[in-house]
Amino acid sequence: MTPNLHLCLIPLLPLAGAAINGLLGKRFSRQLVSAIALGFCGAAFAMALWVAAEFSALNIPHVETLAAWIRAGGFQADFAFYLDQLSLVMLLVVTGVGFLIHIYSVGYMWEEGGFYRFFAYLNLFMFFMLTLVLASNYLLMFIGWEGVGLASYLLIGFWFTKDSAAAAGRKAFIVNRIGDFGFLIALFLMIQQFGSLSFGQVFLGVAQRGVESGTGLLTSIGLLLMVGAAGKSAQIPLYVWLPDAMEGPTPVSALIHAATMVTAGVYMVSRSHAIFERAPVALMVVAIVGTLTALFAATIGICQTDIKKVLAYSTISQLGYMFMACGVGAFSMGIFHLMTHAFFKGLLFLAAGSVIHAVGGEQDMRKMGGLRTKIPWTFWTMTAATFAIAGFPPFAGFFSKDAILFQAFTSRYGSWVYWAIGVFTAFLTSFYMFRLWFLTFFGEYRGEEASGHDEHSRTGARAPHGHGGIHESPKVMLVPLVILAMLSVCGGWIGSVRFDNFLSPALHSVSPAIENAAAMRKEASVSEGLLTSVSIVAALGGFGMAWLLYQRRPQLPREIAGALGGFYDAVLHKYYVDELYAVLFVKPLVDGSTKLLWHGIDRDVIDATLDNSADGAQRVSDAARHMQSGNIRSYAGWVAAGAAAVIAYMVWVGVR
Amino acid sequence: MLHLILFSVFAIICVAGAINLLVQRHPINSALSLVVVMGSLAVEFLLLGAEFVAAVQVIVYAGAVMVLFVFVIMLLNAGEEERTRGSQVALLFGIPGMLIGSLLIAWVLVQSGTHSVAVGALPGPPKTIGWLLFHDYLLPFEVTSVLVLIAIMGAVVLASPQESVQRKRKES
Amino acid sequence: MVPLSYYLVLGGILFACGVTGFLIKRNIITIFMSIELMLNGVNLSFVAFAAQWHALSGQVFVFFVMVVAAAEAAVGLAVIIAVFRTRETLNVDQVNLLKL
Repeated sequence: MTPNLHLCLIPLLPLAGAAINGLLGKRFSRQLVSAIALGFCGAAFAMALWVAAEFSALNIPHVETLAAWIRAGGFQADFAFYLDQLSLVMLLVVTGVGFLIHIYSVGYMWEEGGFYRFFAYLNLFMFFMLTLVLASNYLLMFIGWEGVGLASYLLIGFWFTKDSAAAAGRKAFIVNRIGDFGFLIALFLMIQQFGSLSFGQVFLGVAQRGVESGTGLLTSIGLLLMVGAAGKSAQIPLYVWLPDAMEGPTPVSALIHAATMVTAGVYMVSRSHAIFERAPVALMVVAIVGTLTALFAATIGICQTDIKKVLAYSTISQLGYMFMACGVGAFSMGIFHLMTHAFFKGLLFLAAGSVIHAVGGEQDMRKMGGLRTKIPWTFWTMTAATFAIAGFPPFAGFFSKDAILFQAFTSRYGSWVYWAIGVFTAFLTSFYMFRLWFLTFFGEYRGEEASGHDEHSRTGARAPHGHGGIHESPKVMLVPLVILAMLSVCGGWIGSVRFDNFLSPALHSVSPAIENAAAMRKEASVSEGLLTSVSIVAALGGFGMAWLLYQRRPQLPREIAGALGGFYDAVLHKYYVDELYAVLFVKPLVDGSTKLLWHGIDRDVIDATLDNSADGAQRVSDAARHMQSGNIRSYAGWVAAGAAAVIAYMVWVGVR
Repeated sequence: MLHLILFSVFAIICVAGAINLLVQRHPINSALSLVVVMGSLAVEFLLLGAEFVAAVQVIVYAGAVMVLFVFVIMLLNAGEEERTRGSQVALLFGIPGMLIGSLLIAWVLVQSGTHSVAVGALPGPPKTIGWLLFHDYLLPFEVTSVLVLIAIMGAVVLASPQESVQRKRKES
Repeated sequence: MVPLSYYLVLGGILFACGVTGFLIKRNIITIFMSIELMLNGVNLSFVAFAAQWHALSGQVFVFFVMVVAAAEAAVGLAVIIAVFRTRETLNVDQVNLLKL
């Protein structure tokens, strides 16, 4: 007897909050708006906790059908929710981190215009993300998938009066759409082959096929799913929207572009592990894309000067790690890193927001410095996050990243190349994070004087504060920071083995890799210890180099940059990828659309047809109007002519 | 034989009258030519044996309608026609059209070679016609009487003098 | 013995003359008289056919045509009088308020 947990309420509660705030919020006070938003989001979190408490009493997977949706011939898709270990982990992460970020946003956005709109969008995002995570079929997941894209667009372009923000929102949505196209084609293939999109039936159908060697149907589905994941989770080549997305408010960057939305791709790939495991080619592509993206983004991150852009590239890089994990068959490790990443990256963004708030809107790290004494809470929480992301034990990031690197080396699908690139990227990660740490919190304050800090703002629409000086953020912003810091410290203590054991029923066919790894672990425990120490050395190396370049000898970076010359310029300009896309794709599309579709077809064919037919009608009537001359005799003439014609016809017919 | 001679004579008179109507410039001359046409047509009707119709033709058409025309011409003091520019359409299309049409019809009719009609071939005295009128064609008969009533009313209304025009006439 | 077609040709000639007059005459009253001429031509063909087929309904119809023609002549002439009052002319070319 499966109890009914009313899983549908978990997404619907934030939707109610979004509806209330969206429709009526304009008239509410800020307190009421925040209360509604926090209330519904908190209720969803509370429900998620309750579901977790009830979890052991359930049959897994636990499916609840809310209502029938599509019944078309043999195809059926329902509003149904799916609960197993994987979705439980995602659920807790999304609701938990989401709730904390909601609390933070109350403080961060307190003096902004459009307060109610922000929280309506935020709740709307929670609704879609929870639908995505809890969906029991790919179609409902796709609804959530699209919806989070929409929420991302709305929130990136929150300050829509600013051109760059509006353009960034558009870019995010369009690039996402390209990924969605791949996802859709994968769905079509699934319908064609398996006749259904619900997880149970698809995976049943997949299980009846063997492992594909070379390419085939499952490989195609896997590759297309990866295209969708690359769009949503900002992998090569569809990552370009994420750095631009930093135009949105910082809580948005934390929630959507660090902790939850961008992880949707990883979740989707893990959910589809059955497909990927039977398509080794697709799995390899996933691993390669993830690894390359991790390295690529890390190299760009080391040159950025905007604090949020560094974190954006860092996110892309860490997502690459998650895909690398999935690509070597260690899906549970990818999810583990997803969880720890949500903690420390969310914290990094929130703390960065706190820093930006403290210095009155400045985001350029070159104008910061020496802030650790002035904003101690922010400093200590951000320190925890930085050590976590760099992979220092015993922080959270160490466990997850080390597990990924280990799997990359030892897994059946892995290779030492992935491991090597992963270690180097870990070194770079540590380096740029500590660069950020040193530049922001140590040394002399290089910014403009505090009194002048309320006139300019790089974020454009931020309202200037009345109080001057570098100040710590209010408690409502600090409490989430502290909680996330604690999670960043102890979030990894569950350990990768226990985490994998927990998730293995949901990802059970991953067990060959783990069994393989466990066996190898027993045999070659020395090897694991060696690999772990290598990653610790990489982290320390990054710390050391950052300390050298930004603390001890601050003139060195400029000299190195000068020595590297053109290569440095390329990296600084993000390898000119945006410019390349503009030339290769954007300009031809816009030109083609303007010249061919607009001028050629719309204006010169469709409009011209209508105009000319109207013109022709006018000319015809102009000519015909001479019949109505008012001259009676001409009327008579016409009548006679017509009569003659009719008579002639009748005679002719009669004669025949 | 006599039939043919009588027919031809009155046919020629008829056509001559019709052409005279076209040619004359003063409307009164045209009206009188029309009376001639109607009279000869009455004779043609007699030749066909339709005595009642012939009588009605003379009494109603020639005797009443044409008299009305003459009265109106007299009332309006219509003078000779001036030469004004007419309609191109009428000249270009209408006349040739009708000419050709009628020639066509005439040719067809003559070719078709219908057999002859005897003199006075039509049966029946006016009594039969009356019978038909009041039995088979009762509805049209009654409707035409209503039509005539309406025509009378309409004519009275239309032709009655209007105060505005009379006042204008008095002032000028 | 006169063939039917002779009567019909005569009727046709009268009709053609009527149409011609209708088209080329400028005086409204004359135009009206041409209309009467047309009607007469038609009457003749009705009676001719009635005679050929020994059907009295042809004559009855002619009777009705005459009644209607009389009514029409009355109303039409009244209209002409009304028009003459306002336009002061009987020239049909000058009754053209709708002129281009």
